Amino acid sequence: MKKTSLALGAAAAIFATSCSEPQPRNTGVYMLIDTSGTYTEEVDQAQQIINVILARLEPSDAFAVARVDTGSFSERDIVAKMQFDDRPSVTNQQKRQFRETIDAFVSEVKPSSYTDITGGVLQASEFLTEKNTGRKIIFIFSDLKEDLQEGYIRDIPLTLDGFDVIALNVTKLRSDNIDPREYMSRIDDWRDRVENGGGEWQVINDVESLDVMWR
Amino acid sequence: MTVAELFGGELMNTLALIAIAVAALYFARAPMRGLIASMCRAIAQGLRFASQSLIDARTNLTARNREVLLAAGRDAAARMVEREFERFGDTVRRDLGQYPSLHQALAERATNLDNDYAESTATPPAPPGWAEAVEAVAAVPAKADPVLRQVLESIHGSFKDAADEASDDYRKDCRTRHKHLNDMAPSWREALKLLSEVKSRLETTNARAASVDQHMKKYEEISADTDRAAASLQSSALVQFFIAGLVLIVAAGGAVVNFHLIARPMSEMVGGNAYVGAFQMADIAALVIILVELSMGLFVMECLRITNLFPAVSALPDHVRQKLAITAFGLLFSLACVEAGLAYMRELLLQDELATAALLRGDGIAAGTSFLWITTAAQMGMGFILPFALTFVAIPLETFVHSLRAVLGWAAAGLLLTTSFMLRLLAQGFDEGAAVLAQLYDVVIFAPLWVEKRLTGAGDSEAKAAHRKTAPVGAKAMMQDVEERLAS
Repeated sequence: MKKTSLALGAAAAIFATSCSEPQPRNTGVYMLIDTSGTYTEEVDQAQQIINVILARLEPSDAFAVARVDTGSFSERDIVAKMQFDDRPSVTNQQKRQFRETIDAFVSEVKPSSYTDITGGVLQASEFLTEKNTGRKIIFIFSDLKEDLQEGYIRDIPLTLDGFDVIALNVTKLRSDNIDPREYMSRIDDWRDRVENGGGEWQVINDVESLDVMWR
Repeated sequence: MTVAELFGGELMNTLALIAIAVAALYFARAPMRGLIASMCRAIAQGLRFASQSLIDARTNLTARNREVLLAAGRDAAARMVEREFERFGDTVRRDLGQYPSLHQALAERATNLDNDYAESTATPPAPPGWAEAVEAVAAVPAKADPVLRQVLESIHGSFKDAADEASDDYRKDCRTRHKHLNDMAPSWREALKLLSEVKSRLETTNARAASVDQHMKKYEEISADTDRAAASLQSSALVQFFIAGLVLIVAAGGAVVNFHLIARPMSEMVGGNAYVGAFQMADIAALVIILVELSMGLFVMECLRITNLFPAVSALPDHVRQKLAITAFGLLFSLACVEAGLAYMRELLLQDELATAALLRGDGIAAGTSFLWITTAAQMGMGFILPFALTFVAIPLETFVHSLRAVLGWAAAGLLLTTSFMLRLLAQGFDEGAAVLAQLYDVVIFAPLWVEKRLTGAGDSEAKAAHRKTAPVGAKAMMQDVEERLAS
């Protein structure tokens, strides 16, 4: 009797363990592309980075690309988004479709007047939280120089617990060359904001480093 | 109070404490030495007892190992004898079962030979009936009457014709006899051939009987529980363990290759990002397929009575066993086909992924290579063949499992022996350690001991000096000593 109870207990424990909510293991990537002013010229490089990311993504991962313009806290700024199927063959087809969408965007992108990076990051965190992916990565393809239109309020704390925020291709502006402290200050400000929000901050200016990081 | 006074006071206190402690230890020397000796002796005895217990356990284990080994050897030998008897029965049925027809054929040949021999006997020519008349006629003078002469010539002609006719008959008869004798030759050859066939079959039967004798002898030796049989079985089990282990490692390599062939395409069926614990669902599914194939292979081998891992399967009636074997083989075949399909899908997926990666790199879609079909066919072939190849794992697995019991038994016996030796060594260490601890104790209280020695040494020397003054010396002392001895 005692042995039977023990066996039943063990079976129940195994059943309970197997039925518990599994931890997601997929990756969610949200990439913000700065389209303000002269930075629009860098969009070709963003396209290459997107291709690298696409090549690295696995079935069941989620990927979205959005532009940073005057007001980026909006779904309308999402250029392409895709939740990949869990079958590898279908995932490959989706990657090709995604690439075509990005190609179309790159060919017709127009520069915006202002740069709302904070809005984009808020939108990205909302998107990835909704997708409930295991790993959450936000790429910011920008010089990190925020230029808000009058009336836009963005001095709000970010909630980025469990997020990896990676700034890509942070180019130096003309004023940075005169006073490099501006460049460093911009990066430090963003690092503080991200880390205060609970996220991990990283700057990558070389596409090959991105490939290495992904491995 | 100055620093010197402070430290001086503390030093004095410390020295006083040490002196008191040393004095206490000195006065407690005898009981403490006894305590150390008793304690060490008790620990050593406990260790010796534990060592002896382990030796006893090892003896029991060795005996049990021997029993198990002999029982397993007896079973194996009995099975071999049984199989040899089956083979012997088959040989007897095959070779000697046709003996009646062989015997009949030989008898027929012998009858033919008899008939031919009887027909080949010589028939003597007919004796001349008119011999005396002929002689009388021959005695008539030649210049006799012409009529008589003519009659005689006529008789002579008739005789000559009769002689010729008899001679012809005799020749004909001889020819017939020679023909019969000639006809006997194939029958002789046939009879020789049949006899050599009989000889060959009897030799085969004798060889099979010798093999049965050999296995029977081995079985009797094991049943008699001889040391020679036990030693032989031990050596055999160890060799089998290593050989079977080696083959199993090779088979594991095959299983790993098989796993990699089907794990990737499995993600197309069960999803590429589903996990159970820390393992991908696709990997688990591939592993399950391989394990099911192995199980089916085991059942096929069991049903064919090649292995004997499951006595329940061996005990099944023959028709049930055959059905089970066909079912297991059918499932194995189906799974092999599934694997071949998965291997094909793997190649397709790989090409698709390569094409997508090339597109993303901006290289465009790569043109297909002409030798691609070779790798595809090879993968499909491996996917189909490996499940059947893994079926044969059942044989080394059975050997491994059976020899594992013996090897584990020896390992446990060796471990017990080593532990027992270590415990005995430790016990000896405690025995010797008692004296060392006593000496160390004396080192701590060396000061009072030195004082004691000086005092008792002085007393002893005074007593010795007094004794020297009063005691006789030389021959007188010797005489006294002898007298004391005699008196005692």
